[in-house]
Amino acid sequence: MPEVTLVEAINLALGRAMTEDHDVVVLGEDVGVNGGVFRATAGLQRRFGAERVLDTPLAELLISGLCVGMAAQGLKPVGEIQFMGFIYPCLDQLVNHASRMRNRTQGRLTCPMVLRTPHGAGIRAPEHHSESTEAMLAHIPGLRVVIPSSPERAYGLLLAAIRDPDPVVFLEPTRLYRAVKGEVEDNGEALPLDVAFILREGRDVTLISWGAMLKETMAAADTLADEGIAAEVVDLATLKPYDENTVLGSVAKTGRCVIVHEAAHTGGFGAEIAALIAERGLSALLAPVTRVTGYDAIIPMARLEQRYMPSVRRIVTAARKACQYN
Amino acid sequence: MASKRASEELPVIARFEVRRRNYLAPDGSTNRPLPAFATDAKLLVELYRSMVLLRLFDRKAVALQRTGRLGTYAVSLGQEAVSVGIASAMREEDVLLPSYRDNGALLWRGVRLEQILLFWGGDERGNQFSGPVHDFPFCVPVGSQAPHAAGVAYAFTLRKQPRVAVCLFGDGATSKGDVYEAMNFAGVHKLPAVFVATNNQWAISVPLRLQTGSETLAQKAIAAGFTGEQVDGNDVVAMRAAAEDAIAAARDGKGPRFIEAVTYRLGDHTTSDDALRYRSAEDVQAHWKEEPIARLRSYLVSQKMWTKAEEEQLAAECHERIEAAVERYLTTAPRRPETMFDHLYADLPEPYAAQRHELAGESDA
Repeated sequence: MPEVTLVEAINLALGRAMTEDHDVVVLGEDVGVNGGVFRATAGLQRRFGAERVLDTPLAELLISGLCVGMAAQGLKPVGEIQFMGFIYPCLDQLVNHASRMRNRTQGRLTCPMVLRTPHGAGIRAPEHHSESTEAMLAHIPGLRVVIPSSPERAYGLLLAAIRDPDPVVFLEPTRLYRAVKGEVEDNGEALPLDVAFILREGRDVTLISWGAMLKETMAAADTLADEGIAAEVVDLATLKPYDENTVLGSVAKTGRCVIVHEAAHTGGFGAEIAALIAERGLSALLAPVTRVTGYDAIIPMARLEQRYMPSVRRIVTAARKACQYN
Repeated sequence: MASKRASEELPVIARFEVRRRNYLAPDGSTNRPLPAFATDAKLLVELYRSMVLLRLFDRKAVALQRTGRLGTYAVSLGQEAVSVGIASAMREEDVLLPSYRDNGALLWRGVRLEQILLFWGGDERGNQFSGPVHDFPFCVPVGSQAPHAAGVAYAFTLRKQPRVAVCLFGDGATSKGDVYEAMNFAGVHKLPAVFVATNNQWAISVPLRLQTGSETLAQKAIAAGFTGEQVDGNDVVAMRAAAEDAIAAARDGKGPRFIEAVTYRLGDHTTSDDALRYRSAEDVQAHWKEEPIARLRSYLVSQKMWTKAEEEQLAAECHERIEAAVERYLTTAPRRPETMFDHLYADLPEPYAAQRHELAGESDA
């Protein structure tokens, strides 16, 4: 099987989806001739034509609104927002239209669209290019929020997102675009949405994360293993709706849980998971659930961003404390 | 003075013009020869009947609201010619993207009165239109349906379908980026889309002069690269004619058009509003002289296309139709609470299925 980067896996999935379904349309800023600022759509316009891979005017609200209109006509638009910091003009369309078209028309019109955007910090990008505001999106009923953490899952989950009959925001871990390689066979096989993946089994402590932070989380699990602590690592993968059973099952087994995310602490998606465990997994707990997250500060620009993002050391310390708790 | 001389020497590189369309004067006399369709008495009468039905229906809806049997409601009083005139020029397969004050267009396209009441009565089933199933529901967030119209029109182009997306919004919406972004995109791709601004002079309490410094709203299309026309929105013949031209051009691949329909909101913004707080009764009274229904009636009577007997019969018919619809609306039982989950996703995800189950249990208790 060929080894590809995460961004190449995205490109493979887009090409596969466009080949198998003529209703799939890719749109966004610079996605055509230029192939996208991260090259995620490289070569697609040449293969599928400028009508199906279209360079839009520089207007994010428009991109999301076009997707809603196209989707209501039965197309399967895949819009690209260049960075998550530019997704905010789309919120009106996501909250007021995409997520509720099916409901407000009682099934008469639907919205099978995908909005892709790079997620997270760590690439020394300019201001507004390092956002991880996924909790905001995961709060919206009717929406799906998906974030892969490897080339294999990027390929399988993006295919699933495009085939899904409902709107999906697909967050792509910018920091991992080229930092990881994995074997991906372009066989059109999707992975299931709404399902968490157990990346590593362990009996002592559950580490839950998503997107790029799984890199540090997996490294932390290695360090913990050296100390004799067997960490179970859960990649949540779909944040809305998320796989409650896998979370609860893992915590029932280990009795300890550390949630890791890059986004700010207060109201982050980790709070949702901690609340779930408090409500339905309390009796299994041997230690308080803790969160290792970004700070409640504006994500700093390049010089300080590494100090903002959770480090392997912080994750290891939190897991160790959970294991020592009595 | 030197700078003035310099500017005089600069060449003009573009000139634009905006035209205004009107046929019927407020007294029902004609300002210019009417378009060909106006020889069809049946069509003119149909337009008239639809406007009258809408006005009487609005009156009943307000009465229902005042007696606690309907939620907030937005009347079309004074601007009936716009939505009716536009919809009358559409084909079944075209797609309508209406704002919340476009009942006239929905009714023309076959949406039932009780469905409109259901919507304003707080029931999503009101949007299960018996009209064209591809039409969009009422759009409440102002102007946010304009990008949808561009997306719909793009789908038509991609699939080479001779269909047109027709998007209605108000004067306030033209201040929003949504509308400009949509028109700009439609201009780039010469999409089969018609954008219609019902300029009723008021966005709740904000008058047009605080909405824009632009001489007309029609000229906003010029920046997007296509024609904008100002139309007397109280003249249903002009509305129908402008819509016919614009929709035909869009269908023929000539690109989008913009219509500014100049009218006046004779009623409150909604039943929750009291317009006397921000405009005088005298101002409103002056605009009653221009309203669209009396205008068309005067013309029809002058042409012997309409009689007093027919007027009385129409009133009776509308009354009967409206009362029957109200009865169906009032006797429609509310949905079961757990159905709030039924159209959330194609297949309800497991965590929400549990919530649905819990709600269903509560409802039975």
